[in-house]
Amino acid sequence: MNNLIFSFNIWKDLVNMLSYDFMLHAFEAGTIVAIVAGVIGYFVVVRRSSFAAHALSHVGFTGAAGSVLLGLNPLSGLLTFTIGGGIFMAMLGRRAENRDVQIGNVLAFLLGLGVLFISLYAGYATEAYSLLFGEILGISFHSVIITLIAGLLILIATGIIFRPLLFTSLDEDVAEAKGISIQEINIAFMILLAAAVSISVQVVGVLLIFALLVTPAAIAQQIARRPMQGIAISVLISLLATWLGLFVSFYLPYPVSFFIVSIVFIIYLSVRLFQRLN
Amino acid sequence: MENTIIAKNLSVEYNNHTIWQNADFVIEKGKFIGILGPNGAGKTTLFRLLLGLIKPASGKLQVLGKEPQRGNPRIGYVPQRHHVDSDMAIEALEIVRIGLSGNKWGMSFSPEKERKIALESLRIVGAEELAHRPLGKLSGGELQRVFLAEALVAKPDLLLLDEPLANLDIRRETNLIQLINEVVKSQGVTALLIAHNINPLLPVLDSILYVAEGKIATGTPHEIFTSESLTKLYGTPVEVLRDSQGRVAVLGVDEAPYHHE
Repeated sequence: MNNLIFSFNIWKDLVNMLSYDFMLHAFEAGTIVAIVAGVIGYFVVVRRSSFAAHALSHVGFTGAAGSVLLGLNPLSGLLTFTIGGGIFMAMLGRRAENRDVQIGNVLAFLLGLGVLFISLYAGYATEAYSLLFGEILGISFHSVIITLIAGLLILIATGIIFRPLLFTSLDEDVAEAKGISIQEINIAFMILLAAAVSISVQVVGVLLIFALLVTPAAIAQQIARRPMQGIAISVLISLLATWLGLFVSFYLPYPVSFFIVSIVFIIYLSVRLFQRLN
Repeated sequence: MENTIIAKNLSVEYNNHTIWQNADFVIEKGKFIGILGPNGAGKTTLFRLLLGLIKPASGKLQVLGKEPQRGNPRIGYVPQRHHVDSDMAIEALEIVRIGLSGNKWGMSFSPEKERKIALESLRIVGAEELAHRPLGKLSGGELQRVFLAEALVAKPDLLLLDEPLANLDIRRETNLIQLINEVVKSQGVTALLIAHNINPLLPVLDSILYVAEGKIATGTPHEIFTSESLTKLYGTPVEVLRDSQGRVAVLGVDEAPYHHE
């Protein structure tokens, strides 16, 4: 147990930490998720789609619960349900203003279904807990690979639609007049968001999704004058919070997601306070 | 001289309900046109037709020598914006830049070149000093200049401005009108501007499209703003009064066209 004591030699601590497979996998998955969440989160914030992010994570809960019940990998259920839900949401409302209520309607029903699935499953409590609050320390190598592939696909796709996505996010009417299909971009973005939510759930869980997918980007959006700067800051904050959270949680008997959420929130408060004072 | 817009017997519907019909007008290149009329008469609908976002119910419409098509790069558009969030930290230059290349796929490989072009566009509208200011911190008049620069950045031949004067005080309104007029004259652009108040525009407009009662009347401001022509258009007695400086007031219409929203 000697190895689990913090030594003030950060490098040595880190090497020691990563000699455990579960920590290595956690760092690998956490890093991928932090980058993806930072990038997608920026668009979530500028598009004001944070409710959609929240909703998709709940829809994902139902999918994951269903997969668990059928003995499948929860991530596959998450991806299927969030992407399906995302496309459905995008089809429902074209303009940002009229999405919230429609999303909420579907959400309540699906969440209820999730509760049913998970109650039918024998390992009810543990599985529900890890879905709701994340369980990055239990992530398998197999899941790391799926996360890596999903993460790369999300980043590449975001790069391809980058400018139209930004245009519709910042200036929808002009973008439409310039020949961009608002509906198509919206569907594409909801699919990307769904995939990002799915891989983020592994780290922070359904209920704490805001911590990775919204708060870092919200901080960045307050500071950055240019979109690329905003994305960079957002990624940096979620990376910092994830790494630091994992590091601290190695030594303390509390959940990683608690630390990640707290670090992000402290940064958020500091930036707001700093802006107030200026 | 090339005509920018030709409308023949043009009608438009929305949900099987006729907005206006049988409109005939020609807009010549380089003219500054005011579009006036009560709310809901179909002024913005005309813009949506020109932008190719909706199709005419019947009749013919030509824009810059072709049928309207979505995404025509020769048209610059300033929509009516209801508000910009005060926490919007993106700088003005970036919104102008997005008007230049925002509709292209992929990431930009020449951001600095694009930023230079965007800055030049801000210079044309006299808003160079706003380049690095956050959008959320700009006043209504400053925002309109930035949006004008965004519309101009791709060097359009036709400029569609939807109520750029709304919510501006008289001084800023006059400044913006002068600026648009200078841009129209110096860049050889044709401009269509939707407005509620004709008076500040009287010195600069070449002609007017007056949209009301399902019809569009065209003519010079002096032809349109007479008791006879507005009475004919509305089908009820309308009186147009003029003061010593040529300013007009319209009486007898539910919604006076000179009021501010």
